[in-house]
Amino acid sequence: MARQEQATTTSTTRQPVLADEAQPTTAELGRVREQRSLWNNAWRQFRKHRLAMAGLIVLSFFLLAVFLGPLVYDEKVNDPFAYPTSQAPSRDHLMGTDSLGQDMLARIFYGGRISLSVGLVAALVSVMVGTAIGAVAGFFGGFTDSFLMRFTDMFISLPTLPLLLLITFLFKDSMVEFFDERFNTGNFGVFFLIVLVIGLLAWMPTARLVRASFLSVKEKEFIEAATSIGATRGSLIFKHILPNVLSPIIVAATLQVGAAIITESSLSFLGLGFPSDVPTWGQMLFAAKDYLSINMWEAIFPGMMIFLTVLAINYMGDGLRDALDPRKTS
Amino acid sequence: MGRYLIRRGLISIVTLIAISVIIYGIIYLAPGDPLGQLATNPNVPPEVRERIRDQWGLNDPFYIQYWKWAQAYFLNFDWGNSLTARVPVKDYVLDRLPVTLWISGSAFVLGILVAVPVGVLSAIKQYSWFDNVATTFAFIGFSIPTFFSGLVLIIIFSVKLDWLPFVYSSQDNFWDTLKQSIMPITVLGLFTSAQLTRFVRASMLETINQDYVRTARAKGLRERSVIVLHAMRNAMIPVVTIIALQLPAVVGGAVITEQIFRIPGIGRALIDGILAKDVPVVMAITFGVSILVVVFNIIADILYAVLDPRIKYD
Repeated sequence: MARQEQATTTSTTRQPVLADEAQPTTAELGRVREQRSLWNNAWRQFRKHRLAMAGLIVLSFFLLAVFLGPLVYDEKVNDPFAYPTSQAPSRDHLMGTDSLGQDMLARIFYGGRISLSVGLVAALVSVMVGTAIGAVAGFFGGFTDSFLMRFTDMFISLPTLPLLLLITFLFKDSMVEFFDERFNTGNFGVFFLIVLVIGLLAWMPTARLVRASFLSVKEKEFIEAATSIGATRGSLIFKHILPNVLSPIIVAATLQVGAAIITESSLSFLGLGFPSDVPTWGQMLFAAKDYLSINMWEAIFPGMMIFLTVLAINYMGDGLRDALDPRKTS
Repeated sequence: MGRYLIRRGLISIVTLIAISVIIYGIIYLAPGDPLGQLATNPNVPPEVRERIRDQWGLNDPFYIQYWKWAQAYFLNFDWGNSLTARVPVKDYVLDRLPVTLWISGSAFVLGILVAVPVGVLSAIKQYSWFDNVATTFAFIGFSIPTFFSGLVLIIIFSVKLDWLPFVYSSQDNFWDTLKQSIMPITVLGLFTSAQLTRFVRASMLETINQDYVRTARAKGLRERSVIVLHAMRNAMIPVVTIIALQLPAVVGGAVITEQIFRIPGIGRALIDGILAKDVPVVMAITFGVSILVVVFNIIADILYAVLDPRIKYD
């Protein structure tokens, strides 16, 4: 497998080494190229997808900027009326100031941390739940399978956005109180709640996908072989099947990060997400929408950040799908 | 087919009941007293408060409260009164339905009208400049959240050019209604079309390489009839299903669009209801959307069987 050379990757000067070629002599062995793993191959494939690479670069830049930016950019996030209100971008304030006279760039940095973290953690939650349910359903089959799939169907019929709005609104205050008391960080309670709710309302497609992959891989001969040498259920699931169904899971996870960022921003945009002292990008749009005629930049910057981030992630997902799909390796 | 539908219907009813328990349970578990101000008002003596609780059934266990609600909701179609608007929820919701149907419905139709020809053309001329432009726009279109594209349109057409109003108000005059609907319909419609275009293109690409399409070409049919009669008819089967499945999601999209443009529709009613803890209204709308999802799931299945003779349910 690792020795298969693909027609499209022969750009290097090394000779293609085919499995059925005559055994190389010891002198030649030194020149045999290093073995290429699946991930190595995927990465080579991914690099050729120009837009996916652009997405990766943009996203890495944003991640670096929002996490390192505040270390060098010394501006307060919540400091009303520190500057003139609703200023267009200028040399002093690269993104202008908001309607409360706070520096926009500092808030974009801070909000980016929250928005990106929510997206990553929520996607992680949904992928883990979806993988667990799909794996159990696909591996055990029978009654377990039909029960879990009915359960999944029911979740698919749930009205996602209304429920999301309802749950965050109803439980937000008590979560803040709870976390404030125990850990002294009330806003972490909101983060926890939002991440959990987004994750728990988005795992269904992953579960179906993983179940389908499990069903097909389960019947393969190498699983029979593993069973025959006495592999336990746990090692069958985690060591033998799961690694073989990782590709679609990774693609789904990537796309879910983008979807989760949009969901969190929608929540905040409707005024039902994070409180106003936690400026996520959606929250900043919510604040800006009443001042469009005074200072449009207040809406354009956070909106562009959401848009570019999601676009970058979606292109990365596209590239990953091409790179990891074995049918696509021409 | 008949037996399938009956089984499917029964499963759907069980699903809906389970959903109603979940939604009711969430509201039941939510902190805060349903009595609202009455609970904290010091002028109300504790006995009176207890009596109100008994009267409203708030001291009953969860399943009895749920049962009473379900009985009223499903058997008597009594959705209660809105706590804020002080009118029956049914009237409140039905009053707001036409605006939502007008905006979301037109947007959906616009989305389909754009997506089908663009997707088909894109697939026929794969990798042409038209295809490249179309796929890029579709990709951008579904990566741009509606709340941002809506604000951008407002900045361009209301603030800068001053052509269109950005607040939706009830108008007698058709021209004014149309004028204020252009932006919300465009925002929602283009988002829908971006999603659909990708789907139409993928589905069309899959059929275009089938043997029967090659056969049609080989026996000398005109290219137009090969595309329209042989390829498109088959490519549209999954598209029709997706359209049926997506219809309820339009209501979800309406929540945000209605908030941006201040359209007094269902989505707006939902947000107002949540902010005011108006449980009957929230319950009615949330559950209404669930019913739509379940019903359209069945419709999609039926459509699939009707359109594609290869599919048989039994």
